[in-house]
Amino acid sequence: MEGLTLSDAEQKYYSDLFSYCDIESTKKVAANGRVLELFRAAQLPNDVVLQIMELCGATRLGYFGRSQFYIALKLVAVAQSGFPLRVESINTVKDLPLPRFVASKNEQESRHAASYSSDSENQGSYSGVIPPPPGRGQVKKGSVSHDTVQPRTSADQQEPASPVVSPQQSPPTSPHTWRKHSRHPSGGNSERPLAGPGPFWSPFGEAQSGSSAGDAVWSGHSPPPPQETWDQTTVRTVASATTANEIRRQSSSYDDPWKITDEQRQYYVNQFKTIQPDLNGFIPGSAAKEFFTKSKLPILELSHIWELSDFDKDGALTLDEFCAAFHLVVARKNGYDLPEKLPESLMPKLIDLEDSADVGDQPGEVGYSGSPAEAPPSKSPSMPSLNQTWPELNQSSEQWETFSERSSSSQTLTQFDSNIAPADPDTAIVHPVPIRMTPSKIHMQEMELKRTGSDHTNPTSPLLVKPSDLSEESKINSSVKFASGNTVADGYSSSDSFTSDPEQIGNNVTHQRSHSGTSPDNTAPPPPPPRPQPSHSRSSSLDMNRTFAVTTGQQQAGVVAHPPAVPPRPQPSQAPGPVVHRPVDADGLITHTSTSPQQIPEQPNFADFSQFEVFAASNVNEEQDDEAEKHPDILPVEKASDSASSLRVAKTDSKIEEKTAASVPANVSKGTTPLAPPPKPVRRRLKSEDELRPEVDEHTQKTGVLAAVLASQPSIPRSVGKDKKAIQASIRRNKETNTVLARLNSELQQQLKDVLEERISLEVQLEQLRPFSHL
Amino acid sequence: MAVCVAVIAKENYPLYIRSIPTENELKFHYMVHTSLDVVDEKISAMGKALVDQRELYLGLLYPTEDYKLCSYGYVTNSKVKFVMVVDSSNTALRDNEIRSMFRKLHNSYTDVMCNPFYNPGDRIQSRAFDSMVTSMMVQVC
Repeated sequence: MEGLTLSDAEQKYYSDLFSYCDIESTKKVAANGRVLELFRAAQLPNDVVLQIMELCGATRLGYFGRSQFYIALKLVAVAQSGFPLRVESINTVKDLPLPRFVASKNEQESRHAASYSSDSENQGSYSGVIPPPPGRGQVKKGSVSHDTVQPRTSADQQEPASPVVSPQQSPPTSPHTWRKHSRHPSGGNSERPLAGPGPFWSPFGEAQSGSSAGDAVWSGHSPPPPQETWDQTTVRTVASATTANEIRRQSSSYDDPWKITDEQRQYYVNQFKTIQPDLNGFIPGSAAKEFFTKSKLPILELSHIWELSDFDKDGALTLDEFCAAFHLVVARKNGYDLPEKLPESLMPKLIDLEDSADVGDQPGEVGYSGSPAEAPPSKSPSMPSLNQTWPELNQSSEQWETFSERSSSSQTLTQFDSNIAPADPDTAIVHPVPIRMTPSKIHMQEMELKRTGSDHTNPTSPLLVKPSDLSEESKINSSVKFASGNTVADGYSSSDSFTSDPEQIGNNVTHQRSHSGTSPDNTAPPPPPPRPQPSHSRSSSLDMNRTFAVTTGQQQAGVVAHPPAVPPRPQPSQAPGPVVHRPVDADGLITHTSTSPQQIPEQPNFADFSQFEVFAASNVNEEQDDEAEKHPDILPVEKASDSASSLRVAKTDSKIEEKTAASVPANVSKGTTPLAPPPKPVRRRLKSEDELRPEVDEHTQKTGVLAAVLASQPSIPRSVGKDKKAIQASIRRNKETNTVLARLNSELQQQLKDVLEERISLEVQLEQLRPFSHL
Repeated sequence: MAVCVAVIAKENYPLYIRSIPTENELKFHYMVHTSLDVVDEKISAMGKALVDQRELYLGLLYPTEDYKLCSYGYVTNSKVKFVMVVDSSNTALRDNEIRSMFRKLHNSYTDVMCNPFYNPGDRIQSRAFDSMVTSMMVQVC
């Protein structure tokens, strides 16, 4: 080998290319695909390339050492510059431009004229390192590649290994590799079985040349005119870590490998049809899993391939997704490393908003139902477009339209949603609802829906539809996001959801509060606490205690002594004794209480208690029956007025003694009269008694009134045994008082229960509100 | 700044646990393990009647210990639990931030589950999931 002097730029360039070709880092590049590709990309005639190889000594060595590689590159530059290839020329030719290498998409372009632009586009897709020479490629290819194309195609067909540099090679071979599952396709770059690859390789000598140059070719892409600048650029880019450059080149060249050729695509489509006859349908995850498992790739890699290819994360593959996945599998089989992100060329590109919206339904359905065949036509291809138009708001609007369709069409989804949305409209909002994360517009719409739904309080259509829409929407989206119903993706929506929930809850609470508000109002005003209040209207002007004391004192003397004493109306507990004595009076009192206010002005008409006493004593015996009769009368009457008078029972207790005495004679008097009249006289007597009560002290007046009252009464039988009758009367009165008190107690208990229930309901509401309190 | 993120399966074995590589990763594992008891307690405390309304986000599981670490819990409807140990010394993370982190976790977990090649119950080895967790663990640190 002649000494090779390289300029700095050349040195860097060549070293970079060498490292690019030196896949195995063995410092010697076998004539693998990369080198060959590089040389092909040099767009030199085959004989020239052969000559170069011979000159650099690779043919002798059988591989490209670094020096041979450099020499080869130099010779390529020489040849490209038009100088004759001489060994001496590598050093003699000064200012030799760097060898130029063009992406050798020869076979593809020759096969598909239309792909020229695509190639240039692909070249353009290179990561800026290699500016694509759109027109140049065609020109060059025309000259060089014709003779190489045909053998190349055949070679491609037979070429199992896919050199990284020429991705177009590998994809066409993929079908064959795929079919030959038993024969493991030579993955990995190591296999470059260029030995006997085909007639095309023969020009390159014995399969050892080319590759390194091919690799160098990639980085050398540049239009001829700005060669220098291009070289500068490449040098600069190359100047960075060689590995980085290599990676960049590889990544840039990966864009090419990821492009699916038509032949490949046709093959993929055919494979898709074997699984899913409808090209617009979906392949469910399980079927796809089985299919791709046949490729014998590790599950981990298959999982990663799925993650990359299932763009909308619906668990099913559309045609585009399937092709992308297939392509990735093929690439992986051929040694390509799986990218972290889906290459652009593999991304589903069909953009059809309307279809995408519909397609969104499909994957959702498919994902859940697992049946791919129901996809309506023209839906699957647009599914990926959803992803493309992800950031577009139009998509959201489309999705909204389709949501309504979907919710009606997809039974499984509505069923799923029905689980989420219970009958209660308020809680429906609280339920977990799949929500789309990204588009804020959708969030706003969701929030609006939620709010409107809460406002409507309609459990059926709006809320059920909306959760289903939201779920479908999420399915459509590339990421199915299930968020708790009250949590939405971003803070905005979360706050909205929270506000919406408290709104509903507030509605609930307010609603309940309204109920509860009314109930306390209902309970509070109607029945004043049955606590004896000295400020009661009836006794406001009366010192009940004093009267009670008087009554008590009188009571001690005897039952007869009760009437004159004003019954201590305060608590029944306070005056159980005296009160007991007037059970009858209590009954009568209750009925009388309703009319009590009317009796106040009649106070002057007090009866004479002394006369009452006489009556009570004399009529004890007869009272029993009368009281028995009177009780049922009074009780119904009492019950009728219970609701109103329950609270006043205590108040009326003080009057019980009076009433008892008064009612005793009344009962006695009614003994002979039918039951209907008795209440009247009782009331009259009670009236008189009420009037009597405030002025117990005024015995004279009472006496007069009593006399008048008594005079109006029918004949009153008189008992003989005062004591016995008095005792019996007192017993009866006690019993009546007992019943009255028991009734009062029950009423109080009921009120207590009501209050407790209200309290419990309020506590429940508080608990419901508590989870949202700290948001 | 999540210091440790763990995904616990329904049967309380870890599907995914990853923490910032520090000197004492076992400490984080221990915290996650003890947090599971608190999680179970919160789940059972909800009651059967409130299953539908039960919130997925469980909140702070127990107050910070001496190392200023808090653990937050989140349980999905399939009883898969996410436990996140957060270092609260740097910034006081608001509740909403924790919620958003759990939401992302849940979404990524859903994506993993949608992968037909993933068998439920296997360890999560998805690269996308890993990258998401990495972003969460690094974002505030």
